[in-house]
Amino acid sequence: MDKNNLLKVSFAPHAHGGQSVSQIMLYVIVALLPAMLVGIWVFGPKALEITLTAVISCVLFEYFTQKFILKVKPTINDFSAAVTGVLLAFNLPSNIPLWMVVIGSFAAIVIAKMTYGGIGNNPFNPALVGRVFLLVSFPVAMTSWPKPFAYTVGGVDVITAATPLSILKEGVKNTEALTTIMAKMPSYLDLFIGIRGGCIGEISVLALILGGIYLLYKKIISWHIPVSMIFGILIFSGILWLTDPSKYADPFFHIMTGGVFLGAIFMATDMVTSPITPKGKLIFGSLIGILVILIRVFGAYPEGVSFAILIMNAFVPLIDRYTRPKRFGE
Amino acid sequence: MNTIFTTIIALSAIGVISAVLLYIIAQKFRIVEDPRIDEIENVLPKANCGGCGYPGCRNFAEACIKSDNFEIMFCPVGGTSCMSQVAKILGKESAIKEPMVAVIRCNGSRQNRAQKNIYDSAETCRLVHNLFRGESGCQYGCLRLGDCVQSCKFNAMYMDKETGLPVVIEDRCVYCGACVKSCPRKIIELRKKGPRGMRVFVSCINKEKGSVARLNCTAACIACGQCFKICPHNAITIENNLAYISFEKCKLCRKCFSVCPTKAIQEVHFPAKAQKEPLSEIKSS
Amino acid sequence: MNTLSTTTKTKTFPKGGVHPKEFKFSAKNSIESIPLPKNVFVPLTQHLGARAKPVVNPGDKVKVGQLIAEADGFVSANIHSPVSGTVKNIDEVIDQTGYKQRAVIIETEGDEWLADIELSKNIKRDCNLSTQEISDKIFKAGIVGLGGATFPTHVKLKIPPGKKLEHLIINGVECEPFLTSDHRLMLEKGEEIIIGIKILMKVLNTDKAIIGIEVNKPDAINNLSDIASKYPGIEIHPLKVHYPQGGERQLVRAITGKEVPPPPSGLPIDVGCIIINVGTAFAVYEAVQKNKPLVERVVTVTGKSLKKPSNFLVRLGTTISHIISVCGGLPSDTGKIISGGPMMGKALASLDIPVTKGTSGIVIIPENEAKREEVSNCIRCGRCVEYCPLGLEPYLYMTLVERNMIDKAEEVKIHYCCECGCCSYTCPANRPLTDYIRLGKNIVLYNIKKRQTKKDG
Repeated sequence: MDKNNLLKVSFAPHAHGGQSVSQIMLYVIVALLPAMLVGIWVFGPKALEITLTAVISCVLFEYFTQKFILKVKPTINDFSAAVTGVLLAFNLPSNIPLWMVVIGSFAAIVIAKMTYGGIGNNPFNPALVGRVFLLVSFPVAMTSWPKPFAYTVGGVDVITAATPLSILKEGVKNTEALTTIMAKMPSYLDLFIGIRGGCIGEISVLALILGGIYLLYKKIISWHIPVSMIFGILIFSGILWLTDPSKYADPFFHIMTGGVFLGAIFMATDMVTSPITPKGKLIFGSLIGILVILIRVFGAYPEGVSFAILIMNAFVPLIDRYTRPKRFGE
Repeated sequence: MNTIFTTIIALSAIGVISAVLLYIIAQKFRIVEDPRIDEIENVLPKANCGGCGYPGCRNFAEACIKSDNFEIMFCPVGGTSCMSQVAKILGKESAIKEPMVAVIRCNGSRQNRAQKNIYDSAETCRLVHNLFRGESGCQYGCLRLGDCVQSCKFNAMYMDKETGLPVVIEDRCVYCGACVKSCPRKIIELRKKGPRGMRVFVSCINKEKGSVARLNCTAACIACGQCFKICPHNAITIENNLAYISFEKCKLCRKCFSVCPTKAIQEVHFPAKAQKEPLSEIKSS
Repeated sequence: MNTLSTTTKTKTFPKGGVHPKEFKFSAKNSIESIPLPKNVFVPLTQHLGARAKPVVNPGDKVKVGQLIAEADGFVSANIHSPVSGTVKNIDEVIDQTGYKQRAVIIETEGDEWLADIELSKNIKRDCNLSTQEISDKIFKAGIVGLGGATFPTHVKLKIPPGKKLEHLIINGVECEPFLTSDHRLMLEKGEEIIIGIKILMKVLNTDKAIIGIEVNKPDAINNLSDIASKYPGIEIHPLKVHYPQGGERQLVRAITGKEVPPPPSGLPIDVGCIIINVGTAFAVYEAVQKNKPLVERVVTVTGKSLKKPSNFLVRLGTTISHIISVCGGLPSDTGKIISGGPMMGKALASLDIPVTKGTSGIVIIPENEAKREEVSNCIRCGRCVEYCPLGLEPYLYMTLVERNMIDKAEEVKIHYCCECGCCSYTCPANRPLTDYIRLGKNIVLYNIKKRQTKKDG
């Protein structure tokens, strides 16, 4: 009997459901496509350029770190580095220099992922670490956004527009009345479709919701984190708004602006850095929502989704520990 | 100027108050420990291997002090020299133990044992042992996946790529016994190292009948009894179709080695030139 | 409830579980007998519990149905000769555990049955024996649970003092993919099964029994419903197709809504349930009404590349190679042979392994599907937790066992696991979760038992 005819022996089960890590990551990339298309439509080819740069540099960083420094088999074929790249690019303004994107990818892959042992072991969302790294290193480049459709009239770097949230923050700082601030805002319809200043991937609520529905349908994410996070924002900002509507923005403004939907659907639901049980997910999501509003209303930064998610990432082991599933028969 | 002074005063005040608090707390919660524990721990190898039977070196040090029967306390890593130092600290006599070494009692290399199945799961002996008799069909033999190598904290073992069997680097082996515990098939035994590492042992633990054992492995002990008959020192016993050489009784005459038909009995570290007159060699050593 | 109405809501257990592709190739093929093998290898451990003690010696002549090994201890079962012929030897042969076990080897000569065994196919409906007589017959016939767990039935039928039986549940779920032996039995021996259940009801002194069948076997549900309408007290409950519904705990939960307390001490009788497989009910019928001990069982032989997937009535002790040769020989692309279903069955190391009381099927998996995919890091997706029907945390257990932290694993109740394999089935990183959990569970159960005996002794 030659070696190929020997009977294989292993433990049960001898069947597998068929879903693999690379498949999950591919579904996530597909779900991110509508938001990417809106980003390219609104910000022009520069958006595509940045996304490609981020993806390629993330994949290469992962490959080289694993091949030459850690000396393990590279895991780039699971597409997790590609997902990190897309998400990182989605969190950047479209006029950022490409070399900064490469630095961000370095922070995301090498610092936030590989130093902890690669996929599955990182406590913090790599793409968000990359973004925050860039935000504290290059605050100006990271907070000047081109106006929507500026590329069609030329001079991408020149015409910049503030995001709705920074308009709000500036206005509050200058003690303007809330009504005058709100008058400068894009309409809710524009916010929903994505015609506004902001990072590449965060602008279109519609496209992000489409991607989210796709992921829910494919059972890659569950509804717990996005829903609880958005409800957390709605309820907490709603309470503030009810106490003083002339001082605080209304809750719908809060969920429609900034990176709330990108964060809720794609960043907070990252499997590695979110709790495992439904109960834990609900706690995790709603606390992110509350933190987002705390940072936006009382903090120094106009936007707080990245920081809120990163802070809650640190609590995931604790949440997992106290939200064990109910064992059968106990 | 005023601001600077208030700052300095405030900070110093905080510093002083904290220092006093720390001192009080440190005094209040102080644990009085026998200073000899630290002393003993210092002379121990600090490998925390557990070879002595205690979880770590510090626990062993504590046990040494508490123990009424110091003779049974022994650190296999540090050996006799280390134990005599410990004894000096405690003012007691130390026990002198003969050096041992981990011996792998299976010679079922890839050449001697053909593959009969393909095991396809996580590469750990523990799992295979739990699943079935093993890829080679021998339900006693080495599973060749190296749990023992994983367990060795002294880098004293490696897997031989050619034979598939683990090998003990004897200079590094401190006979802590971790590999003995890690082997799910209980193949590894701690045996007397012998003069200049010379020893004779049965490299098989197969308890099947000879004919059955031979089906799976050409180097199996078939319990033919020839070694038992020839041994002049009554060091060999045969039980359950398996020969065993007692390392306490063995005088290294190597008669059993020469009669073993399957080469299940192995001898190591005997000088090549002395093979014709083994006895005189032993005497002179 | 005796007739199946399409509007009846199908029941199931609420949490976890998967739905593997069914591949029930042999569902349409009726049960056939196969030629007797030249030699049979009858292991002395075909049941859960103590090994049976052989009562024959090499050279003895035996007839079919003659006792060759008797139960040795409270949890043990009798073993009878499946063929007539000469006892060649009592030796060690490899069995499904992957290790060698003692077995009686008999050389077949003709097919002569013991005189008091009734071989006619006539259905014998009346049973006038007393409860004690029936129990004795079940014990003597060496009947064990034929679903796969092989727990001796006579022990199961003794309700411990202080416990009260509320539901007798008959397990016709057959939730494993590929297997169809219970399905065929329910179609072809429906009345015998129902009479067997009636006998069990008499022993257990209950007037109600529930048969649970998954809705992917509508013909079996209809057949048993028709027959059961003539026998009061027997109900058929259609169940949703949901693996691992054939497991005791899940089945009790699905039918009664009660949760059996966790192992090692919790048993279905703690919530007033006893679960008997349909195959066991049929064996009880044969033992009580026809005096026939357990010497043969229905085995599904199937696989994607097998020429003729079949359901065979096989004498215990027949080797797998003999059975496969009857249905067209081993396919050339065979990678793995499984005794039982693909979710919980054991991969066999050799073709010389005999069929035992617990062998419900032989599944031949082709080479390209037998290989396990490469293992990668856990990505904490939580699918193992989501699909675990017992609310456990497989990802955590695997890490703990890998690092040899057995005490910690016991703290988080690794031993509650029923080894259904849903976690490994769904793991996208292909991690061998069930492998490690089974190992850890074995060690933990051993430790618990050791502590128990220490405390008692």
